[in-house]
Amino acid sequence: MEEKRDRKIQIVVGALKLFAEKGYYRSTIPDIAGSLGMSSGNLYNYFHSKEELAQEAIRYISSYLAIRIREVNESKKSSREKIEDIVRIYFETARDEPQMIDFFLRVYLSNREVFSDGCEGMVCVNEFITEIMIFFEEGVANEELRNQDFFTAFGLFMGYLGGMVFLYGERMLPKALESYIEDISENIYRALGV
Amino acid sequence: MAEKKLLLWLSQLACNANAHSLLNHPSLEEFQKSFDWLYHPLLPSLSSLDEILDNYEEMECDILLIDGALCAGLSKKGVRMRDMLEHFAKSCSHILTVGTCATYGGIFSAGGEDRSGLHFDGEKRLDGFSDFFEKSISLPGCPVHPEIVVSVITALAQGGSLPLDSYRRPKEYYGYTVHDGCSRNEYFEYKIDRHDFGHLEGCMFYEHGCRGTYSAGSCNMILWNGVSSKTRVGEPCHGCTEADFPTRGLWRTEKHMGIPARLPLGVSKRAYLSLAGVAKAFRIDRFHRRILEDEE
Ligand code: SF4
Ligand code: SF4
Repeated sequence: MEEKRDRKIQIVVGALKLFAEKGYYRSTIPDIAGSLGMSSGNLYNYFHSKEELAQEAIRYISSYLAIRIREVNESKKSSREKIEDIVRIYFETARDEPQMIDFFLRVYLSNREVFSDGCEGMVCVNEFITEIMIFFEEGVANEELRNQDFFTAFGLFMGYLGGMVFLYGERMLPKALESYIEDISENIYRALGV
Repeated sequence: MAEKKLLLWLSQLACNANAHSLLNHPSLEEFQKSFDWLYHPLLPSLSSLDEILDNYEEMECDILLIDGALCAGLSKKGVRMRDMLEHFAKSCSHILTVGTCATYGGIFSAGGEDRSGLHFDGEKRLDGFSDFFEKSISLPGCPVHPEIVVSVITALAQGGSLPLDSYRRPKEYYGYTVHDGCSRNEYFEYKIDRHDFGHLEGCMFYEHGCRGTYSAGSCNMILWNGVSSKTRVGEPCHGCTEADFPTRGLWRTEKHMGIPARLPLGVSKRAYLSLAGVAKAFRIDRFHRRILEDEE
């Protein structure tokens, strides 16, 4: 069981790299299998379709980010400091594992039909959303963040980061992504703070 | 037949709703045959209040029921209520604080600093009557459900033991939450936020201030007048059995960025939000139709 799980993750990681290089729609199951040095038949033992693989990929990314944000949530820091930590996590992931954020922005958010059966609503990114909700809720409870609708705050925070990472991916940013962390965190805090 | 137990109902600062509520018990007549009231403000009693005030030092009772918030300076006919309570508390075998005011201070304690429940001021434990703590049982509610009063008195008279929680509330009635048994449970489970006052559908947790998931009580298991409960008819639970009652903004759910500020009893934020996220992802048509609407 455990072994199968590990193997599935290896396939997801390999597939994400291929999607980033070739694009999701242009990558076929034989391509994915080939890039991992396995046969298509064997890959089908793990995933019955490319959609199923894509859905596992988005859960994997959601969980990857959630584990890291959870650590931030469990720290005793102020909301201002937590914002900076979350921005850092997001940007470092974009720098070190660009295929993840790329998949999230270009595939998950842009091709909802791939996810309609199995990833209804936000269920496949639930772990990530839960941690963001906890961050927001605690910020309001501690009177550091202004109380408002979840999506107005979420859109501001994640839309901003997504936009920056998109520019970074298109090589349109003149400076290294990390060099923007401080100012961006300050902007988010000023927008969401009380 | 064993000798009838003698009950005494002493009102402090009270609105009398608990006394009235008792009159709604369907077997009140039967109950009355098994007990004597030394005094009750509405039921046939062995003595009048005047007689008790004049001669209380020579009197005793088996079960003392206290209704209403205690008030330091309160006296009737020159008798300090506090002295009288202490006198009966010493000799009786059980004390019941009937209703939320007698238990934690409730609505009356909002009117002055010198008011509280018998052993609690809100959540705070008091020392004043601590000698009697072990013989006290709390029956909060605004008002308390008559079934609880009658059943607890009957159980005590028969020598039964009642497991109690830290506020000394019998777990048999207060070990549940008001949410248990609510007819709107499915709407809660599947996170259907929509609720319109006056309708059968929807859960009031998300918008309309229902405190049922974190308030102790069996309102949805032992129905009021045997028929219904607040939440079943579409009125949010205001948490009248709890130490913080009455809170403000009773018909509105306090939220932080859209997330309810108070979550079901003992459920962590992460657990609640994870489950809610999954439930919200699915649209179940049945829950979006009126129950009494014609089928297509
Ligand atoms: S209305 Fe209140 S008691 Fe009923 S299901 Fe919703 S939260 Fe629970
Ligand atoms: S439903 Fe809630 S407010 Fe109403 S009587 Fe029961 S515990 Fe009290």
